[in-house]
Amino acid sequence: MIPAAFNYHRPKSISEAVALLGDLGEEARPLAGGHSLIPMMKLRLAKPSDLVDLRAIAELSGVREDGPDLVIGATTTEHELLGSPIVAAKAPILAEAALVIADPQVRYVGTLGGNVANGDPGNDMPAVMMCLGATYHLVGKAGERRVAARDFYQGAYFTALEPGEIVSAIRIPVPKAGHGYAYEKLKRKVGDYATAAAAVVLTMDGGRVESCSIGLTNVAETPLWAEDAANILVGSTLDSATVARAVAAAEAITRPASDTRGPARYRTKMAGVMTARALERARSRAI
Amino acid sequence: MAKIPVSMTVNGKPVLRWVEPRTLLIHFLRDDLGLTGPHIGCETTHCGACTVDLDGKSVKSCTMFAAQAEGASVMTIEGLTAPGGTLHALQEGFREMHGLQCGFCTPGMIMRAYRLLQENPHPSEEEIRFGISGNLCRCTGYQNIVRAIQYAAGKLSGVEFKEAAE
Repeated sequence: MIPAAFNYHRPKSISEAVALLGDLGEEARPLAGGHSLIPMMKLRLAKPSDLVDLRAIAELSGVREDGPDLVIGATTTEHELLGSPIVAAKAPILAEAALVIADPQVRYVGTLGGNVANGDPGNDMPAVMMCLGATYHLVGKAGERRVAARDFYQGAYFTALEPGEIVSAIRIPVPKAGHGYAYEKLKRKVGDYATAAAAVVLTMDGGRVESCSIGLTNVAETPLWAEDAANILVGSTLDSATVARAVAAAEAITRPASDTRGPARYRTKMAGVMTARALERARSRAI
Repeated sequence: MAKIPVSMTVNGKPVLRWVEPRTLLIHFLRDDLGLTGPHIGCETTHCGACTVDLDGKSVKSCTMFAAQAEGASVMTIEGLTAPGGTLHALQEGFREMHGLQCGFCTPGMIMRAYRLLQENPHPSEEEIRFGISGNLCRCTGYQNIVRAIQYAAGKLSGVEFKEAAE
């Protein structure tokens, strides 16, 4: 399986990269870890004229704190998230989600930026980013703009990213200290995309839910932010009747495809089960 | 398409070749360098037979362009054996514990296990199984692969692995 021929570029800075992408036109593609793009190229489902390899651009990598936010460079790998003390202390849901992505070899190379920018509904990080209220830094020749993860996904492989733009960083408001979190993913085997998965971040106050956010993976053409489901839970003690109503609200917004992972009705039900499990585990972790 | 120069260190030796940009690292290693230890299995990032060590990471060399490894230090199964031919503890473990049947997955399994033991010299059985979850053995000989890695972990830390292969 040999990809179609292309020209290869290795810029050293973001400005050089976006200038190249702007000049080369719409058939040029940025290359980060390549673990979504290269398989597509081998199948000749993607035949870019040019690849602009982002890996030599130091400013695109790394995890740092910026005031109340965590800013993660786009070419930071899933493996680096697993080993990051800042991630572990401030937003451990990122490591929990990274650990269920693909397999060890893929996590060493696959990047957070690629995972969120690809637009594949099977990617795990987009729903986590919607859950966390993250913002993507998009850079093109004209400069930088910022788009909320909750506004970024338009359809399968369709996002707010314009040709010539790259995701340079992911900005995550650090959840309140003592928050509970969980990413629950049902998959058939290691390396598989989710049959359904749910991300939950919540805070508790005096035994009641103070705030709650829920994201869902691979149960529609885009990742989903289950806003209504989360709102139902705020103020509750997470009693079973209220959780059941929230789960029903989460299930109601799913539009999964029937595929080898199961019929649509099953996957909707599994989105509910993952939501309930994630809520339970998040509560057990909340202080 | 014009060829580009790609240079890296492979098994301790610097190499430079002019290749097409679309040359995958697995083809660079096998066809340009003649290192046929890393195998081409599924070609779809699932099976791990092409796994090599690259700058301290296990990577699937079928899913990386050679150009992306520019400047990197790469080790294949050929680089694991000591110069005099002495087997690495992992190679010895796979022999002693019957960690291979057809042997097709073995170079990838061993290179993945090599990095796993670098990061975690005393893995539990569960950690070994999770650590090699990106490598498939179609003979389904996982039990003895796990034992082989346990044998190597023991040998590398000076503790003998007692359980015999079945």
